[in-house]
Amino acid sequence: MEKNVARAEAPESEDPTAAAEAAVEVPPEIVAQTLGQWFQAWMARIRAGDSGVLPVILGLVIITFVFEGISPHQVFLSATNLVNLFQQSAVFMVLAMGVIFALLLGQIDLSIGFVGATGAAIAVQLVQPATTKWPWWAAIAAALLVCALIGAIQGTLIARLRLSSLIVTLAGGLIFNGVMLIVLGLGPFSGYPSLAGSNANLQVLYNLMWGTINPTVSWVGMVVLVAAAGLIMWSADNRRRRSGLVAPPVSLTLLKIGLIAVCAVVVVAICNVNRAAIGTLEGVPWVIPIVLAVFTVWMVLLQKTRFGRYVYAIGGNPEAARRAGVRLANIITLCFTISAFTAGIGALLYASNLGGMSNNFPGNSLVLQAIASAVIGGTSLFGGRGKVLHGILGGLVIGGIYNGMYLLSIPVQWQFIVVGVVLILAVSIDALSRRSATSGSVARV
Amino acid sequence: MAQQAVTGASPGPAQLGEPLLKVRGINKHFGPVQALTNVDLDLYAGQVTALCGDNGAGKSVLTKCIAGIYQIDGGQFFWESKPVAIHSPRDSSALGIETVYQDLALADNLDIVQNMFLGREQIRNGLLNEDDMERSAGKTLSSLRVTTVRSIRQPVASLSGGQRQSVAVAKAVMWNSKLVMLDEPTAALGVVQTNQVLQLVRRLRERGLAVMVISHNLNDVFEVADRIAVLHLGRMAGQDRADAFDRQSVVDYMTTGASTRSRRADGDGEKRGQS
Repeated sequence: MEKNVARAEAPESEDPTAAAEAAVEVPPEIVAQTLGQWFQAWMARIRAGDSGVLPVILGLVIITFVFEGISPHQVFLSATNLVNLFQQSAVFMVLAMGVIFALLLGQIDLSIGFVGATGAAIAVQLVQPATTKWPWWAAIAAALLVCALIGAIQGTLIARLRLSSLIVTLAGGLIFNGVMLIVLGLGPFSGYPSLAGSNANLQVLYNLMWGTINPTVSWVGMVVLVAAAGLIMWSADNRRRRSGLVAPPVSLTLLKIGLIAVCAVVVVAICNVNRAAIGTLEGVPWVIPIVLAVFTVWMVLLQKTRFGRYVYAIGGNPEAARRAGVRLANIITLCFTISAFTAGIGALLYASNLGGMSNNFPGNSLVLQAIASAVIGGTSLFGGRGKVLHGILGGLVIGGIYNGMYLLSIPVQWQFIVVGVVLILAVSIDALSRRSATSGSVARV
Repeated sequence: MAQQAVTGASPGPAQLGEPLLKVRGINKHFGPVQALTNVDLDLYAGQVTALCGDNGAGKSVLTKCIAGIYQIDGGQFFWESKPVAIHSPRDSSALGIETVYQDLALADNLDIVQNMFLGREQIRNGLLNEDDMERSAGKTLSSLRVTTVRSIRQPVASLSGGQRQSVAVAKAVMWNSKLVMLDEPTAALGVVQTNQVLQLVRRLRERGLAVMVISHNLNDVFEVADRIAVLHLGRMAGQDRADAFDRQSVVDYMTTGASTRSRRADGDGEKRGQS
C-alpha cells in the first residue's frame, strides 16, 4: 500500500510495480539465487530496517572486545570465564526461551521467576535423603509438572476469563513467592535445603549446572549433533531446491552448516581446556546440552508445527486466527503452560548453580532479566515477532555484561544501571530502524 | 487479458439454469431491529452478482447470514436446488461458500503461504508440510494470474493493498469453493490496484465460480457485474441482469427502494433471455 511504495531501490526488479512495493522486508533467502545476491539482498534488508539478529551479534562482539580489553589480565576470554559466563547466562536463556511463548502472543508472563522457583524448591526438597528421598528424575518430573499445572491455570484465567495477563501473572508471582517460601520451610533445613552431599540424587541436581561431560564424549557428541543438524538442513534445502520451491542457494546452506560447525568446535574446544587451578576440570558442562535441548524442542514446536504457526498467527492478527478456526483459548493456555514449564527448568538450573534453594531466590529480577533477554534478542513485546534463538542471544548479552562488570568489580548498582541502559538501547535501535523502514508510519509488530 | 478460462467457459446469460444458491424469504432481526425482511437472492455459477445498497441496508447482515456467522430467523437457503441449513461458518464452508471480509483477516507477520493455509495446514509426520503447501499456494496464485508478488514466501506486511486482496481471494478459492463473497474488495484501493482486483474477480467467474461482490462503487459494479441486486432498508428492492439497470436506476433503488427510470427489475418476475 502507500506506506511501502517509498522503498524503490530494490536490488533486483524483474517486475517494476511488485519490486517497488515489496522491497522492504522480503527475507533475502527467498529471492537470492547465489550467495552474492543473498548478501546484496541482506544488506538491502538491513538498510530497510529489518536487521534480524545482527544488532545482538554486534552487541556480543562489542561486549567481548570491551571486556577483554579492560578486564584485569585479559581474563574475560579465558576458558574458565567463558564457561562460567555461559553457566551464569543459562538461567536467563532458559527463562527467556519460555517467556517468548507469552511474548509472541502479545502477552506477558511476570510469574515465571517464582513459579519456576516453586518447582525448583519442590525438586530440591523431594530429593533430600533426610526426608523424602525421591529419585532425581521423579523429583524433576514432579517439579516441572507442578510448574506446567500452574501455567495452565494462569493460562486458563487469561484465555477463558479474558483477564489481563499482566495482572494474572503479577498475582501469580506474588502467590508463588509465598508458596515457594512455604515449600522451603518444610523439613529440617530451616529454609535452605541444600544439594551438597554424596547422595546420588542430590549429585544429579547439583550436576545440572556443575557436572561436565568427558572431553572425548564431548567431541563425539558434538560431531554427531553437528552432522545430524547439517544433514537435516542440507536435505531439507536440497529437496526444496530440486522441486523448484523457494530455497536458499547451495552456498548459503553450506555456509550456515559451516558456521554451526565452527561454533560447535569452538565451544567444545574451550570447554575441554582444563579449567581447574589444581586438579582437572574439563569437558562440556551438562548445562550446554540442556540449553540446546530446550532450544531445539521449542524451536521445532514454534517453527514446524501447527501449534507454533497458530502462536504467530494470534500474535499477528488474533481475529484472522479466530476466523481461520484456530481455538485461541487452547493455544493461549498452552503458551502459558510452556512458559511456566520452561521456567521450572530455568529455576532448577539456578538451584543447581546455587547448590540448593534459598528463600532469597531473586524471582522478580530474574523475570525482568528474562524478558529483557528476549527483547534484546529481538523479540517484540507486541506479539507476532520473535524466535527461540532470541532468548539465547539476549541471555548471552545480559550474562556477558554482568560477568564482565563482575570481573571489573564494578558495584552492583552500576550493573543494574548498565543493563537497563542496554535494554533501552536495544529497543530503541529496533524501533528506530523499523520506523525508518516504514517511512514514519506506525511500526508494525 | 482473458486468453483462456481456467475451468470451462463461463455460461452465457441465456443458459444460466438453476441458481447455485437460492435465498428465499430470509428474515433477520436483532432485538427490535428488523435487519432483513423477506429477502430473496439468486447467485449463479459463473456469474458476478453485485450486491448494492446504502449504509445500513443490510448488505453485511445478508452476507453474514449466508456465511453462517448470523443465524437466520426465517426463510430458506437452497444450495444447488436442495434446501440446506446454515447454522455456522463451518456449515457454509462445507458447502463451498467462502467470504473475503473487508479487513481481509490476514496475519501481517506470516507469509503468503502461511496465510493461505492458516487453519488448514497440511501435516506430514506430525510436522508442517511446507513443501506441499507452498506448491499448492503457488498453483492457486498462478491460476488466478496473481503474478505481481515477488515471492510467495514474503510476509503479507510487505504486500500492497491490491496484492493483499489477491491473497485473501486466493485463500478463499483454494478450497474448492463454489461461491465466493467479497465484501467491498476495492474500498481503499488506488486505480491500478482496483483494476487488479476487478481482473481477479473476472477470473473467478471464468473458473465457473459464483461471485458476490458487495460494493458501494457503481463504477466497479458496472465494470464487472453480470447481475445486480439492490437492498433497501433490509428489503430486496430489485435484482436483475446488470444491463437491465443503469447508474441512475441503481441509485434510485438504493435510496428510495424503487425506480421509475427503467422497467421493473425484479429478475424472477420476468424472462431472463433477450428482453
